[in-house]
Amino acid sequence: MAGAPTSLHMGAAAQRRLRRRYAREFRFKAVSLGALGLMALFLVGFIGGIVAKGWSGFVTTEIRLDVTYSERHVDAGDPAGGGFRPIVVEALRKVIPEATERDDMRALLGLVSNGGFVAVRDAVAEDPSLVGKAVEIWVPAASDIDMLVKGHVDRGLPEDRRRTDDRTIGFVDRLEAAGDIRATFNWDFFTTGDSREPELAGIGGAVLGSFWMLLVTFLVSFPTGVAAAVFLEEFAPRKKWVDVIEVNINNLAAVPSIVFGLLGLAVFLNVMHLPRSAPVVGGLTLALMTLPTIVIATRAALKGVPPSIREAALGLGASPAQVVSHHVLPLALPRLLTGAIVGMAQALGESAPLLMIGMVAFIVDLPSGPMDAATALPVQIYLWADSPERGFVEKTSAAIVVLLAFLVAMNGVAVYLRQRFEIRW
Amino acid sequence: MVATTEAAPAGTARTAAYEDAVTIAVEDLPKLDAPVKMRTRGLKLWYGDKQALTGINLDIPLNRVTAFIGPSGCGKTTLLKCLNRMNDTIDTVRIEGRVGLDGADINDRSVDVVQLRARVGMVFQKPNPFPKSVYDNVAYGPRIHGLAGNRAELDAIVERSLRRAGLWDEVSGRLDGVATGLSGGQQQRLCIARTIAVSPEVILMDEPCSALDPISTARIEELIDELRENYTIVIVTHNLQQAARVSQYTAFFHLGRLIEVDGTAEVFQSPRHAMTEDYITGRFG
Ligand SMILES: Nc1ncnc2c1ncn2[C@@H]1O[C@H](COP(=O)(O)OP(=O)(O)OP(=O)(O)O)[C@@H](O)[C@H]1O
Ligand SMILES: [Mg+2]
Repeated sequence: MAGAPTSLHMGAAAQRRLRRRYAREFRFKAVSLGALGLMALFLVGFIGGIVAKGWSGFVTTEIRLDVTYSERHVDAGDPAGGGFRPIVVEALRKVIPEATERDDMRALLGLVSNGGFVAVRDAVAEDPSLVGKAVEIWVPAASDIDMLVKGHVDRGLPEDRRRTDDRTIGFVDRLEAAGDIRATFNWDFFTTGDSREPELAGIGGAVLGSFWMLLVTFLVSFPTGVAAAVFLEEFAPRKKWVDVIEVNINNLAAVPSIVFGLLGLAVFLNVMHLPRSAPVVGGLTLALMTLPTIVIATRAALKGVPPSIREAALGLGASPAQVVSHHVLPLALPRLLTGAIVGMAQALGESAPLLMIGMVAFIVDLPSGPMDAATALPVQIYLWADSPERGFVEKTSAAIVVLLAFLVAMNGVAVYLRQRFEIRW
Repeated sequence: MVATTEAAPAGTARTAAYEDAVTIAVEDLPKLDAPVKMRTRGLKLWYGDKQALTGINLDIPLNRVTAFIGPSGCGKTTLLKCLNRMNDTIDTVRIEGRVGLDGADINDRSVDVVQLRARVGMVFQKPNPFPKSVYDNVAYGPRIHGLAGNRAELDAIVERSLRRAGLWDEVSGRLDGVATGLSGGQQQRLCIARTIAVSPEVILMDEPCSALDPISTARIEELIDELRENYTIVIVTHNLQQAARVSQYTAFFHLGRLIEVDGTAEVFQSPRHAMTEDYITGRFG
C-alpha cells in the first residue's frame, strides 16, 4: 500500500527470509527427531530381541515321576546309596509299559536330567521313611527334551540330523499326552552355579561373584576416588603438577579396560599372589578402572557447588576442611553418587579385564566371599555363548536379561538419587 | 599530595587529572571521632600481574559505619576482602603492606585466619544462605566456634540474632523451613543474622542491598544503624544516597587508589577532590 511506512521486517523479501528460516528450522528438527526415532527403534529391537529369546531360559521342563522306593533298590539303612536309575525307569514305565528293550531303557534314562536322578535320591535321603513307599516327584528333564518341548527341535528333519531320535520323541509325546510334562518357572536358575548341563546351569554363582567383586570395587575406588577428587578440587594449590595429574587422570579414564586386566594380572596375581579367579582380584582390577571415572565425576559434582556457599562458610570462620565436610560434600553427594553408580554399572558390565585375571573358569560352587573362586555375570555370558549345546543359547539370553536388569536398576537408582536429593539454586 | 579543590576543566584535561591522582598519604587521613578499629598501611594487591590496590592507607573507626564508594572495578570488594583475608582463597593473589586489627597485623603468621574471620564477619552482595533450615543457618557459626554450651544457649543465640536482624517475627514460626525458600530480602537479613550470631567485632558488607527492593533496603539500613552501637561496620555501596544515609565516614576509590576519605557529610557536601565531586554529582562513574 502506497504511503504505508515501510519496515525492513515487512514485505516480500522479508517474507522470503522468514520462510527460508522456518524451512531450515523444520529440517533441523526433522533430522533430530529422525535420529531419536532410529535410536528408539534400535533400543526396542535390541531389548525386545534379547527378552524374546531369553524368556524361555527362565522356564524349565519338568517330568512327573511316580517313584516307588522299593527295598529291592534302596536300603533303608543307607538310602542315598541306592540304585536310582532302575527306580526312574520303573516310574516311567508306569506311563510307557511297552518300553522294555535295551534301547528303550536308554531312551527313557535320557529323558531325565542328571539333576533328576539327584532329586530322586535327595528325596529319600532326606526322608528315609519313604523306603518302600511311592511318591510323586517332578524332576527336571534333560536339555534335549527341554529343547524338544519348547519347540526348538525341527521334527521334520531326517532322524540322523536331529539330537533326539524318533523313539525318544515318541516317549515324550506319550508323557505329554498323559500330562506328565510341564513347564515351570526356573527358580533354581537364580540360585545355582554353572553346570555342564544347560538345564541345571544357573546364574546365581555369577551374580554372587559380581556382587563380591563390585563390593570390593566400591570399597576401594569410592573412598579413594572421592578423597583424591576433594584434594584436587578443594585443597590443591593451582600448580603445574596438579595439571599434570589432572591430564593423567583423564587419560587413565580412556585407557582400554583390557590394559587394566594386564595390570591386575601383573600386580595382584604375579606380585601379590592373591588367589586366582577370586572376586577380590577382579574387584581390585575394576577399582583401578573405575577410579578415574569416580575422580572425574566427583570433581564435576564439587565444581557444581556454587562458590557462594564456600564463601559464606569461610566468611563465618569455617576452616577449609569444615567447608568441605559440612557444606560442599553434602551438596555434591547426589551427583557424586550418581557418577559412582554409573562407574559401578560400567564395572559390572566389564568382561575383558576379568578374562586376563582368570575369572573365566568353570565354577560350580557359589562363592561365599571375595576370596572364593567365582565368575562374574558378563564372563558367564561369554562362557555360555561359547558353549555348543543348544540349551545354552537361551541361557545366554536369560543371563543377558539378568545383567541388563541389574544395569537398569543401578541407573534407575542413580536417576532417583539425582531427582530426589539434588538441591537447585 | 591531595589534588586541589578547584574543579578541573572539562574533557581531556580532567581525564588527565584523574590519571594523575594519587592514593591518600598517611598524613592526609582525616581526624576521627572514634578510636581506630582497623587500619591499612601501604596495602598493595595484585591478581597475578594485574595490580588492583596501589598502597591504600585507611583508618576504620570503632562503632562507626564507613562506606566505600567508587566506580565499578575500582577495588572496593578487593579491599573489603583484605580486611578478613577472604583473598587467601584465590591462588593468584599477592599482597604487600599491613592490615591491622586493634593494632595487630592480621597477615602475620601468628594470626589464625579462622579466628580472624570470627572477629571480622562478612555479608556478601548476593544473599547466600546455606540450603539448610533457617535455624541451622544462624546456628552454624556458633556451632563451629563452640559458642553455645547447650541447646538452650544455642536457641537463645539464634533468637537474639534473628531479632537483631529484624527477621524474627517473620521466621519464628518456620525455623525448620529451608532458608532458600525465603524472599531475597529475608535471605539477606538471614545472612546478617548468621554473621552477627558469631558476635564479630567488625562486619563487612559488600553491596548488601543491591539485589533488594526499596522496603527491604530500608529495613537493612535501619538495621545497620542499630548495629553500629555494638559493631564496627564497613559497607560497600553503589547507592550514594544509601552511603549518605547510613555512614559516618565515606571513602572514595578509583582504579585501586583511595582518592578521598572523610566524614560522610564533608565528602558529600564539600569534596576536596574534583574526581569525588564528579562522581557524587553523577558526572562520571
Ligand atoms: N579474582 C580476580 N582475578 C583477577 N582479577 C580480579 C579478581 N577479582 C577482581 N579482579 C579485578 O580487580 C579489580 C577490582 O575488582 P573489585 O571486585 O575489587 O572491584 P569493585 O570495586 O568491587 O567493583 P564493583 O563495584 O563492580 O563490585 C577489577 O579490575 C577486577 O577486574
Ligand atoms: Mg564489588
